[in-house]
This record gives sequence, structure tokens and C-alpha cells, in this order.
Amino acid sequence: MTKWSLSTLSRLKSDWLFTVVTRSSACVAAAIVFLVVAFLISESIPAIRQIGVGRFITDASWHPLSDQFNLTPMIVASLTITLGAILIAAPLGISAAIYCQFYAPTAIAVWYRRLIELLSGIPSVVFGLWGLVVLAPIVARLGGSGQSILTASLVLGLMILPTVALTTQAALRSVPGEWLAGGAALGFCRSSTIRRIALPAARRGILGGLLLALARAMGETMAVLMLAGNVVEMPDSIVAPARTLTANIALEMGYATAGHRSVLFVSGLFLIAIVAVSVSLAGFGGAVDE
Amino acid sequence: MIQTQSLSVYYGDKQAVRDVTFHAPAGKITAIVGPSGCGKSTFLSSLNRMTDLIPSARIEGQVIVNCCDVQDRNRSPAELRRCVGMIFQKPNPFAMSIRNNIQLAVREHGQRDRQQLNQITESVLRDVGLWDEVKDRLDDSALKLSGGQQQRLCIARALALKPSILLMDEPCSALDPIASATVEALILSLKERYTILIVTHNLAQARRISDEVAMFWMNDGAGEIIEQGPTETVFSKPNHPIAAAYFAGTSG
Repeated sequence: MTKWSLSTLSRLKSDWLFTVVTRSSACVAAAIVFLVVAFLISESIPAIRQIGVGRFITDASWHPLSDQFNLTPMIVASLTITLGAILIAAPLGISAAIYCQFYAPTAIAVWYRRLIELLSGIPSVVFGLWGLVVLAPIVARLGGSGQSILTASLVLGLMILPTVALTTQAALRSVPGEWLAGGAALGFCRSSTIRRIALPAARRGILGGLLLALARAMGETMAVLMLAGNVVEMPDSIVAPARTLTANIALEMGYATAGHRSVLFVSGLFLIAIVAVSVSLAGFGGAVDE
Repeated sequence: MIQTQSLSVYYGDKQAVRDVTFHAPAGKITAIVGPSGCGKSTFLSSLNRMTDLIPSARIEGQVIVNCCDVQDRNRSPAELRRCVGMIFQKPNPFAMSIRNNIQLAVREHGQRDRQQLNQITESVLRDVGLWDEVKDRLDDSALKLSGGQQQRLCIARALALKPSILLMDEPCSALDPIASATVEALILSLKERYTILIVTHNLAQARRISDEVAMFWMNDGAGEIIEQGPTETVFSKPNHPIAAAYFAGTSG
């Protein structure tokens, strides 16, 4: 079949203007990524040069005023809390999407979707407040003060739930109806059609949604700041307090100077690196099932 | 054997098929012909309760498949569809390997033995004349096959469940003439072992392959059967004037 390339069709003036506008918008969007990363790198360079990457892991502790810069407890806290949030949001969000797409009557599905969209619009500080007042005392019964990895994971899980549910539903909706009909015609009951045909076909979209959710959880600051306890210590249980990289930047940026400030930029760089690695892992996972 | 008694199908308030009393004898090919939009496909999908998948659809009257009432509440539609295979207009292989396309449903219905599964795969692919074309690439994606091959794979996939009845909804209309001829020959070769119902727009095809024919026509907004009987009789001496005009090419 002939592939028409739109660019060969016309050279009208309005066309030219439209091309220029869309192309420059695309450039701006792409440039922002590079600018932010470049800025982070340039601000991090003094710390990396003076302190060296190794000491972010080998230093005895995080006491930036006494020249001790161990970031490991905070990296571990960020990873653990994010992982916890995904473990909570993935099953809930995927099940909710399946219900909404395949089981709910149309009227309920529409309202349910709106509700989930509303959930995604709740400001994180409100989530934090709710977690602090309602959830923390409950978690405290398991031990600790209630401000802990578990509390932060639970609330963060609810915060990223809409992302998982909405992207999963979009992926399920794009599974061709002929496949579902084909499954039904082969005597699959509804749950088998979903498990054997719809979910495998929507796998890439679901994975992409989980990834977006992961990036959001990793970057979330306010709710985590309010709920995780913010003690810089290697956590020894899920009810122990912890400080994430994001919370650390927010807490210390106000008074940090010189080397300390530069180290905070390094931790920002770490965050971006973790997100970038997971994005490429997901891309790799997607490429495998092509 | 398929029989319907005063079967009507509604989409919401709108009637799509009216009062169809119909019989498709076992081991024969019955063609369902008629112009577009006169309820042929709706009628076909009511026979294996695919209409259940459309929330607004409702059936009145009786459908009997192999001596059982298909609307019996004690029988699950899944069980019914296992013995009534369905082939769609547009080939719809799943986005997985050729092997899995055939084995997925067989496994789902309880067959786990790998050797048995492979044996079934080979035998149904031979039945549809696809074995020699694909035996070296069973693990390739089914979507890489040509349209005609995909349609034959879909037929093989249905045969793997050992149905007694095959419902075909214009199985050749999305294919080129050569692939269409191959599929048509395949359908003929399946006769006797299966009871086949085929919806087709192609009158010549209906005449070539079917033993019985039923003609649908739109009457007051709903499809009805206006002529049915042995193919040769219906085509050479239609009773109904509209059928006569339709077969002569002057109407429809």
C-alpha cells in the first residue's frame, strides 16, 4: 500500500505556519527535559568533584553540617516506600479497571470513572493530612509512632491508584472487540476471556501505566514528608520511620549552603536516574513481547 | 441439528429478527442469504447465544441445538459455544503464536497433556490444509499469516474443540478471490462431519456449496425468512416473488 507522507501534499502558507508552531512546541517540550537534567548536573558537579560519588554510599551517616553525606538510607527509603505503594495500587487499580470495563453496567461505569478521576485530583497535602490524622494512629498500634514506611506506602498507594486504574482501563478498552468475541465463541467464560485474552493483549499499556504510577510515587514529596517520619536511619522494619530523597530535599533546601546544597542536587539526580532506569526496563519488557 | 421455533430477537425496543422458524439438518450445509442489514448475522449469533454479549439484546421463541434448548438456564452459554463453533467475517486470530491460538481454548477446557495438545494441533491444522504451510513456524505470531491463512486458522481453532456445529458469518467476504476459493473448498470438505450454517452475500457461493438455503428479507423493519428449502429447488423455482426477483438479480 502506498504510504502518503503529509509533508509532500501542500506548501500553503497556513500549512507552513502550522508546521512551525507545532514543531517549535515539540522542541520546547523536549528541551525542558534536557535543560532540567543539565541544570541538575551542573549544580551537582561541585559535590561530585569535592566529595566523590563513593562517599554518598560509604560515609558513616547523613550529617551534612559535619561533612558526612551518606545517601543510602534515603535511597532505600524512597525505593521501599515506592515499592510498597505499587504493591498496594497495582492489584487494586487493575482489578478496579477490569470491573469498570467488563462487569459494571454502563451507568455505574461512567460514575465510577468520574470518581476515580476525582480521586486523582485530591491534593497530596490533603492526602497527607488524612493519613496523619486517621491512618497514622491505626498503624501506630502495630508499633512505632505511626509515622512510618507503612503509613507512607499506604497513602501513596491510594494516591497513585487512579493512575493505575485509568491507564489500565484505557489499555483494556483498546483490546479489539473481535478478540473478545472470538474468545466467547470458543466457550471462554467472562473471567477466562479477561485473563487469557484481554489482559495479555493489554499488557503493554498496563505496564506503561504502572510505570507512570511508579514515577509519580517516587517523586511525591508532600504526603511522604508528612507521613514517613523523616528520621535519617536505615529502616529496620516497615513500621520504622524513614526519610525519602524527596523529603530530604524539601526539608534541607531552605538552609543548605555550598557543598551541602550541591549534595541535595545530587540526590535529585539520583531520583531522575531511578525513574529513567525503570522507564528503560519497561521499554525493554515491552520490546520482548513484540 | 439446529431448529428454531418462532424466534425473535430485539435490540432494546427495536425488533431485528421476527418470528423465524427454521431447520438446519445435521451433516449438511445450510446457507443463509439476503441483503445487508436484514438480520442474518443477528439470527446466527442468537443460535450460540453470542447475543448475550450485547446488553440490550433479548430473545423470544425457542432455539434447539442438538435436542437441547439453548436458553435453558441450567446450561451455561460457555458449554453451548464449545459445541457450536463460530467463524467471523473478519479473521480474528489472537495476537499470539499459531500454536497458542489453537491450544488456548483446548487447555481452557481441561486438556493439559502436551502430547495430546500437539496432536490436536496437528490434526486440526491438517483438516484446514494449513499444516504444510505452517508446521515449521508454529511458534510465530498468527498475525503474520495472510488473511486466508488466518481465516483457516480460525476454523482450525474452532474445530479443535470438537464441535458438532459450525456457524460461519460471511467467512469469505473479507478475503481475496483465491483465498476465498480455498476457504470455500475447505467448508465443503468439512460437510458431513459437521452441521454447517453459513451466512453469505454471494448467491453463487450459496448455490455452489449449500444443500439447504434460507432467505432473509426485511419486512416492516425486522428480518424474516421468506423462502427456505433445498438449494436447487429454492434457486430454480422460488415460491416467493421477492425471492424470485432477488435470485434473478432484479431486486436487492
